[in-house]
Amino acid sequence: METDNAVSVSKLSRHFGKFIAVDEISFEVNKGEIFGFLGANGAGKTTAIKMLCGLLKPTSGEATVAGFSINSETAKIKKNIGYMSQKFSLYDDLTVKENIEFYGGIYGLSREKISGKTDQLISELNLDKMKNTLTRSLPLGWKQRLALSTSLLHDPSIIFLDEPTGGVDPISRRNFWRIIYEIASSGKTVFVTTHYMDEAEYCNRVSIMHKGKIIELGTPTDLKQKYNKTTMQDIFIHIVGQN
Amino acid sequence: MKLRRTISIIIKEYTHIFRDWRSLLIIILMPVLMIILYGYAITLDMKNLTFAVIDDSKTPESRELIRGFTENRFFILRYTGIKRNEIESLFKKRDIQMALVIPGDFSESLISKRITKVQLIVDAADSNVGTFINNYSNRVAQLFNEKLNHRSPGILGLEPRILYNPDMKSANFFVPGLVALILLLICSLLTSITITREKETGTLEQILVSPVHPIEIVVGKVVPYITLGFFNGIIIIIFARLLFKVPINGSLSLIAVLSLIYIFVALSFGLMISAVAKTQQIAMLATLMATVLPTIMLSGFIFPIASMPLPLQYISKVVPATYFLIIIRGIMLKGIGLAELWQHAAALSGIGLFMLSIATIRFKTTLE
Repeated sequence: METDNAVSVSKLSRHFGKFIAVDEISFEVNKGEIFGFLGANGAGKTTAIKMLCGLLKPTSGEATVAGFSINSETAKIKKNIGYMSQKFSLYDDLTVKENIEFYGGIYGLSREKISGKTDQLISELNLDKMKNTLTRSLPLGWKQRLALSTSLLHDPSIIFLDEPTGGVDPISRRNFWRIIYEIASSGKTVFVTTHYMDEAEYCNRVSIMHKGKIIELGTPTDLKQKYNKTTMQDIFIHIVGQN
Repeated sequence: MKLRRTISIIIKEYTHIFRDWRSLLIIILMPVLMIILYGYAITLDMKNLTFAVIDDSKTPESRELIRGFTENRFFILRYTGIKRNEIESLFKKRDIQMALVIPGDFSESLISKRITKVQLIVDAADSNVGTFINNYSNRVAQLFNEKLNHRSPGILGLEPRILYNPDMKSANFFVPGLVALILLLICSLLTSITITREKETGTLEQILVSPVHPIEIVVGKVVPYITLGFFNGIIIIIFARLLFKVPINGSLSLIAVLSLIYIFVALSFGLMISAVAKTQQIAMLATLMATVLPTIMLSGFIFPIASMPLPLQYISKVVPATYFLIIIRGIMLKGIGLAELWQHAAALSGIGLFMLSIATIRFKTTLE
């Protein structure tokens, strides 16, 4: 199935017992777009993103990621997406180099390709001197950039970032968004969740999630006009406060 | 299953193991400590049983009878020349396990060839000890009779020939069992925390969004720990040999091969728990409960399976140690080979494969 959309979601729901974490959401993400997924903690962002990555089965509804169904083609989806969670899932007791080699390996990259990619990444991230130090001793900002880079090793067309900047200082956050722009300009789709409203300004389009539903969706500029506010922060407080 | 991905996981697990040298040291030293502690503590050998004697006869014959009890390593004569009414309180204080009362007419009665009775009082609160004292006392009396009547005609005498453990050392029985217990415990603990640890740190999630298949994760985690478990097995057997002089009558390479199968079962069991449990603590606790108790109670480690009630006998058939105990005792004590043991080896492999499949299947569903 070939579509113009990187992600296409239709009435997607996920229940945990009686609790409805995601409630019939529908939206589309265009190719090459930076799509922001906003919402307070517990709004259902992480549950939604996990369903799109094939980590959770939906209770009902359908979605396609990179043209593949999340209900029946998760194996194909996994080859085409990158994922970075809020925990920067690197192994603390492995060195920078070992982490890159491991994640390259589980995507089935060949030995030559891994060693080429490893050298490339290490020089891009200016980690030459640190490549044999344990990841544990890296500063948080560097860990985060390393985690992002490892999730791009297999050259996915879509990358999901689940609160990638949590707990990181403002300068590192700014640098991180610079990288996100570079990724998007190379034609990849970026799907990012955040609760930092200043970051929402950097997105092409944002959706605001509240209690499992998407209650607003549009470009930051359109939303500011619609609600007659100057910042995304004001819009968010306005909308979420109303609901 | 893709080899490239599996190898990546294997390499990563080895790196974890060797980088954390403190844990590695514990993994290696713990079995040694356990075999020393358990090996010396668990014994059914009777030694140093204390007893009292009231000798009203005080003749060479009565002293001969008492010597029959004291000239071995089983009994220690603690009280002589006490009064009859003191005996009960000595029993109650657990000062003695046996009392011997020799009547005043002991010698005269023997000399006049009458049937002579000596009173033997036994503390049978521990029935094993009671039975042992009873049997041994009969033997003493028999020897005493033989000495007294050299020419007594036609007395039936059994000449026992004790096979496989001629010294009747309980260590020869227990130490191979300890090998089974310790290997199972250590190996299943090792794997039970590997997946739960990754659940806690969040790295599992990262692996799961990759195209890795559960079977690749499971195999990738079993292989490194097989080598570690095998190394542990070798250490345990060396210590069993050195400290407890347990004989190894059969083939060492057969022990090695069948231990590998057993280690595989233990690791698969750990993975099965790991796939279900949410935290490392739960995984460790569940592993301890599910390995130690059934192995000690239901595998024939101490209590013979044949004397258990039928339902427990069925349960013992799914306890892996049941088979491994037959295997390792058979090889070490009886020197038997694969011809006698292949069925047990096959049963173990079956249990292992079953657990590994459960681990893989359960693993898949927990992610979804």
